[in-house]
Amino acid sequence: MRAADLLRLASESLLRARLRSVMMLVAMAIGVAAVVVLTSLGEGARRYVTGEFQALGTDLIIVLPGRSETTGLQPGMFAGETPRDLTLGDAQALLRIPSVARIAPIVIGSVAVSAAQLSREVPVLGTNADFLIVRNLEMGQGQFLPEGELDRDMAVCVIGSKVRSELFADRPAVGGSVRIGGRRFRVIGVLSDTGRAIGFDLQELVIIPVRSAQQLFNTESVFRILVQARDRDEMPRAQAAVREVITGRHQGEEDVTVITQDAVLATFDRIFTALTLTLAGIASVSLAVAGILIMNVMLVAVSQRTAEVGLLKALGARRRQITALFLAEAVLLSVAGAAAGLAVGYAVNWVIGRMYPALPVGAPAWAVVLALVTAIASGVVFGLMPARRAARLDPVVALAGRR
Amino acid sequence: MIELQGIHRRFQVGDQLVRALDDVSLAIGDGEYVSIMGPSGSGKSTLLNVVGLLDRPSEGCYRLDGGETTALGDDALAGLRARCIGFVFQSFHLVPRLTAYENVELPMVLAGRPRAERRTRAEEVLAALSLTDRAHHRPDQLSGGQRQRVAIARAMVMRPTVLLADEPTGNLDHASGAEVLAALESLNAGGITLIVVTHDDEVAARSRRQIRMRDGRVVHDAPTPGPAPGPAPGPTP
Repeated sequence: MRAADLLRLASESLLRARLRSVMMLVAMAIGVAAVVVLTSLGEGARRYVTGEFQALGTDLIIVLPGRSETTGLQPGMFAGETPRDLTLGDAQALLRIPSVARIAPIVIGSVAVSAAQLSREVPVLGTNADFLIVRNLEMGQGQFLPEGELDRDMAVCVIGSKVRSELFADRPAVGGSVRIGGRRFRVIGVLSDTGRAIGFDLQELVIIPVRSAQQLFNTESVFRILVQARDRDEMPRAQAAVREVITGRHQGEEDVTVITQDAVLATFDRIFTALTLTLAGIASVSLAVAGILIMNVMLVAVSQRTAEVGLLKALGARRRQITALFLAEAVLLSVAGAAAGLAVGYAVNWVIGRMYPALPVGAPAWAVVLALVTAIASGVVFGLMPARRAARLDPVVALAGRR
Repeated sequence: MIELQGIHRRFQVGDQLVRALDDVSLAIGDGEYVSIMGPSGSGKSTLLNVVGLLDRPSEGCYRLDGGETTALGDDALAGLRARCIGFVFQSFHLVPRLTAYENVELPMVLAGRPRAERRTRAEEVLAALSLTDRAHHRPDQLSGGQRQRVAIARAMVMRPTVLLADEPTGNLDHASGAEVLAALESLNAGGITLIVVTHDDEVAARSRRQIRMRDGRVVHDAPTPGPAPGPAPGPTP
């Protein structure tokens, strides 16, 4: 039998059994659409998060005290030695590395901040002028911390927009003053609403010079140091140099952890890829269900058409031809269902894209391929059994219409 | 040439062994017009199925045109059926979703014949059975007689040497039945071997050789007595 004739015969019988065909088509389409939409959502979330991180700057190195790796017992542990703290001196030393453009030390703590009779417990972050650039922040009003030596104590602060509205309400904030832990600070700027960062809400933050924060929290150490390399290509060199400088300053002990934004990014990437795969797996279940439905309906079709199978055998059809006919029907159906599912999936994606413009929805190519391959494969696999059953029918029995 | 020798066909129905054919030996020459009669359950349909290679004998030897068939595999039998044997059934067995033309073309489609050849041959056969104006009707738009003629056209399209008809007039009124018989007989006049299974004495009386069966055995096998009408002298139906 010629392939064109096979397709014609198969599609004719599908078109005649319209309701049955439409039902199978819908089942397959739902499966494929589910895969497309769910993976698009997972992929969208992944791209959204990595996009956020990239906005923070991929040329960023974060230095924190202590080793994160477990390297067994260190001699120092027996002497009751704790990891050395990072200090402002370390920060200043890092700034002298040629591949480093900027640094921003961070000291953070939570303390009561008040203005007039209003008081609130907020996170207070001590840092320097470069923090604004390193973290890509924007000012709403006024200005950020002034440039200057790291160890200069100044009673000025920059507040987040939420802190501003809570403490100042309608009164002008810039030029006013707040009490932070009992000390008066002059408000010189308010952060813009648009600035955002993963991890903590910048709008609820009060930023003061790093030295002032150290005095406020009565400490000589810093919580961590953000280091910005001159450009992305300098990252490995900068990272090595940072390690070297700190080790040199800490008596040859590499007691800090140096992480890059890239590493964080890669972690999130892995998490969201896993999430997307999970969603794809869940959606694949509906594909399998569609496949089983196709098998079911094809089995019914075979038993309804035993007389026809008998006739084909009487007319000289070989087993292979009868298998091919029924298989072609199943495959045609699943291909059509997959195509319909793709169309529905992309339509839903488009609607989601319109509703949540921030979420970059888009079906990943692998998911589309996976959905199509699974759909067609399930058509073949689940169509094969009924097709073979049809081919194996005894022609005499089949012609009599019995089974 | 159909040669059956010591053919047995046994079925197991529940715990009972049914001898549908019990030591049947027959020879039917090319161009013969044979009727097979007998009460239901006498094995006449089984005989027809064995001759048509749809059913395999449990025992015995069947040579079709000199070739032994009992040892052939399913696909080889399918090939023989396609080339040598045409079937006409009581209930027509047309594919309901295909037009008359497509039904007639079907054996050639299965045999993988090219489209142009199919067209000329199918149109030729349809014309011979005066169905040209019904070619693009579906079976449900045709009368019983027309349906059976479509089935005959389909059986003839591959130019078989043997035409097997199982109660071809069983579902038809008298006029349509006569029309269908006339069509079959004119094909027989053209040289094809025609074997008709029937209940109807009137139908049997038109054949030139009558076989009667009972309990799986041939109990009578003789030329039709009296002034046999002989082959219809090719009336165009």
